[in-house]
Amino acid sequence: MSAATDTSEAKAGLNKAWVWIPLLLFIGFATLAAFMLTQPKNEFVTSKMVGKPLPEFDLRPAAQDRPGVSIANFRDGKPKLLNVWASWCLPCIAEAPQLEELRDSGAEIIGIAIRDRPADVAGFLARHGNPYTRIGADDLSEVQLEIGSSGVPETFVIDGQGVIRHQHIGDIRAEHVPMLLEKLQEAK
Amino acid sequence: MFAEIGHAALWLAAALAILQMVSGALALRAAEGEASPYALYARPAAVVQAFLAAIAFLTLLHAFAVTDLSVKLVATNSHSMKPLLYKLTGTWGNHEGSMLLWVSVLALSGGLLAFAERRLPERTMSATLSVQGFVALGFYVFLLFSSNPFERLPVPAVEGIGLNPLLQDIGLAIHPPTLYIGYVGLSVAFSLAMGALITRQVNPNFAKVMRPWVLGAWVFLTFGITAGSYWAYYELGWGGWWFWDPVENASLMPWLAATALLHSVSVLAARDALRTWTIMLGVVAFSMSMLGTFLVRSGVITSVHAFAVDPERGTLLLVLLGLYVGGSLTIFALRAGSVAEGKRFTATSREGALVFNNVMLSAILAIVLLGTLYPVLTEAFDVRVSVGPPYFNPAGAIFAITMFIVMAIGPLLRWKDDSPARIQPQIAVLGAVTLLVIALVVFLGDYPVLPVLGLALAATLGLAALMPLKGRKLTRVPTATWGMVAAHFGVAVALFGMACEGAFTQERLAAVGPGGVEQIGDWKVQLESVDPVSGPNWTAIEARLAVSRDGGEPVTLNPQARNFWAPAQATSESALLTTWDGQLYAVIGDAAGIGPDGQQRWQLRVWWKPFVTFIWYGGLLIAFGGVLSIIGRLQVDLRTRKASRRREEQREDQAAIARDEQAAGGATPEPAE
Repeated sequence: MSAATDTSEAKAGLNKAWVWIPLLLFIGFATLAAFMLTQPKNEFVTSKMVGKPLPEFDLRPAAQDRPGVSIANFRDGKPKLLNVWASWCLPCIAEAPQLEELRDSGAEIIGIAIRDRPADVAGFLARHGNPYTRIGADDLSEVQLEIGSSGVPETFVIDGQGVIRHQHIGDIRAEHVPMLLEKLQEAK
Repeated sequence: MFAEIGHAALWLAAALAILQMVSGALALRAAEGEASPYALYARPAAVVQAFLAAIAFLTLLHAFAVTDLSVKLVATNSHSMKPLLYKLTGTWGNHEGSMLLWVSVLALSGGLLAFAERRLPERTMSATLSVQGFVALGFYVFLLFSSNPFERLPVPAVEGIGLNPLLQDIGLAIHPPTLYIGYVGLSVAFSLAMGALITRQVNPNFAKVMRPWVLGAWVFLTFGITAGSYWAYYELGWGGWWFWDPVENASLMPWLAATALLHSVSVLAARDALRTWTIMLGVVAFSMSMLGTFLVRSGVITSVHAFAVDPERGTLLLVLLGLYVGGSLTIFALRAGSVAEGKRFTATSREGALVFNNVMLSAILAIVLLGTLYPVLTEAFDVRVSVGPPYFNPAGAIFAITMFIVMAIGPLLRWKDDSPARIQPQIAVLGAVTLLVIALVVFLGDYPVLPVLGLALAATLGLAALMPLKGRKLTRVPTATWGMVAAHFGVAVALFGMACEGAFTQERLAAVGPGGVEQIGDWKVQLESVDPVSGPNWTAIEARLAVSRDGGEPVTLNPQARNFWAPAQATSESALLTTWDGQLYAVIGDAAGIGPDGQQRWQLRVWWKPFVTFIWYGGLLIAFGGVLSIIGRLQVDLRTRKASRRREEQREDQAAIARDEQAAGGATPEPAE
């Protein structure tokens, strides 16, 4: 071919302004990313189960001095907290004081122990306190999965008709206590 | 004790990174061609640093192996009842551990570069090591100040929390380390590019030094992405092999840039063209690795890969990103003008085709980058969007299709200048194959347009990949050329797999009771029973499926729905039956109520995916082509090294003879050496 077409590199020799483009793009990205990092991240994912009634279930007692849990316990007209926990779970130890505080503020807390042995449950309650009025044993995570919980601990706000009003994922920290009490009020 | 040793090793390595950076930089102040007294320290600093980083990683591996629950990272990510293999792989199944792995690989490759590379001018080497030390330092700081893996708990935990069960898989043992080696191998290419740019040594000699690093990194990236894709395919149980998830994109983007860089650096080494391009791609490739790390670790983007997310870490990573990417792009922009223009070539030459495809690769990279960042951009304006296949597939395909066509023809062209008329017969054959396959597939059935084009291009590309071998004596073809043929053929194989999966997959979702039979394609799937089973840290329901093809011998498949209890999580273990022409993929779901016959029914999901395995065979073939290419290059290097040594020896011999003759003519003959 006699009429050789110049390629991009040959043209680039004449006009090197393009070399700044990658830097400009990067600065644009960095500005955006910096802005996004300062934004409070709304990590809260609204559970699909919120607004749905609890499934039918009946769990045997997990501890000797507390009765088991069934769906009927949530339909007595009084909003309650449903705490999904386990004796082998570290964050559950961390949230124990907050559960006590919630109980002292008048919340009724029903527990479901996941894949636990009675002896371990008793040991946990003796060491970290027992804020529960009832504790059911969910040995196969059946109820846990049905109410849309995938880990421990999780805490649900259930209204007087047994409908899930709020799902709190992870341990309850001190700053979450007022929020949960408020949700309980709203569920009335 | 061990954790403290690891922690101390990390601090010492950071100190050595400073030494490496400073001595390399000071060495640059010496005048050109003059030896600097400071240059001495950079190489040993890099080598010792590599040892220290390796020690740090090994101590963490040890802590996980013995489940040392006084180490916070172990307590929050491991569990004493886990199988040993997954305890070990758990070392990098978390943020801190994986960042330590990243830094260790970075230090090891820096050490290898400092130890082995002697071909570059000392000044360029000093600059390169200085940049490498600077990059390493940033990541040591990140690790030590915001992600210390060796932090102790004030009171040792009674038991660990456990590892995400999705990660308790052999895939985790392979996938992240290979990807990291790939990412970090690109850091060496980056440092070399910066070194060459700073010392104005952008030439074929530098490209030859850079090429094995780029090839090596690219092989690991290819392998890592292939492994990761297969892992997601069988472990997630969704039946797909690529989800355009931000984290997947984060690994794809460096690969795209590295692929372009690989071709560009070869042109620079062979033809002394594309100088500026090569440097820019060197910077972009590693920038993409770091950008990926930032996006994944900062929590700016939400992904199914739920990593520990921390805005403070994100800020620190953004600062590092600004320093390295911003800094290198600034140097690039300032210095690019001084890079002498390389050799010229015409559009219809092999260089021309390579440049065109590099632009196509860059365009695909831009599309993936835009799609990945777009949700972040809109979120800044409080709109939450999710970008998925409907955007990526067609937008990427526009450029990919053009690229595949040029890729079929490019290797047939000659360097520098060629006339299209010369290869007209080959082009005609390839065009005919394309049209024939399209016609055939359209005749056979009604399939979506992209898979049809994919099938046609796969056939064309497969044929075209073998064409460079035509008319040559196969035993005389250089190993590196075999590498190109294998890699290009691998692309055709993978494309064939993707197109088949897209066009011919059949899916069946049904509620089945024990004894129930489902038909899918040629396959008869019978649910024999569903039973509870248990493993070391999980319980599951397991289905027994008897599958047979065309009434042949039935094979048993056992898909499971597993429940792990530490941490509590449900996963589905798919069961796969691989035949030469595809895979049967079965997943058992939840209980689906009681059937009319009074029996418990289960959700059963079965796919028949013809030739889906070719996606990963193709990926492996591409990586294998890269390996062949490295071997070929090393062979040539060793041969030239040997030849030049022989020339050197001959010259010395001649000089010795000349001396002897002179001496013989003189007064006292000296004893011969």
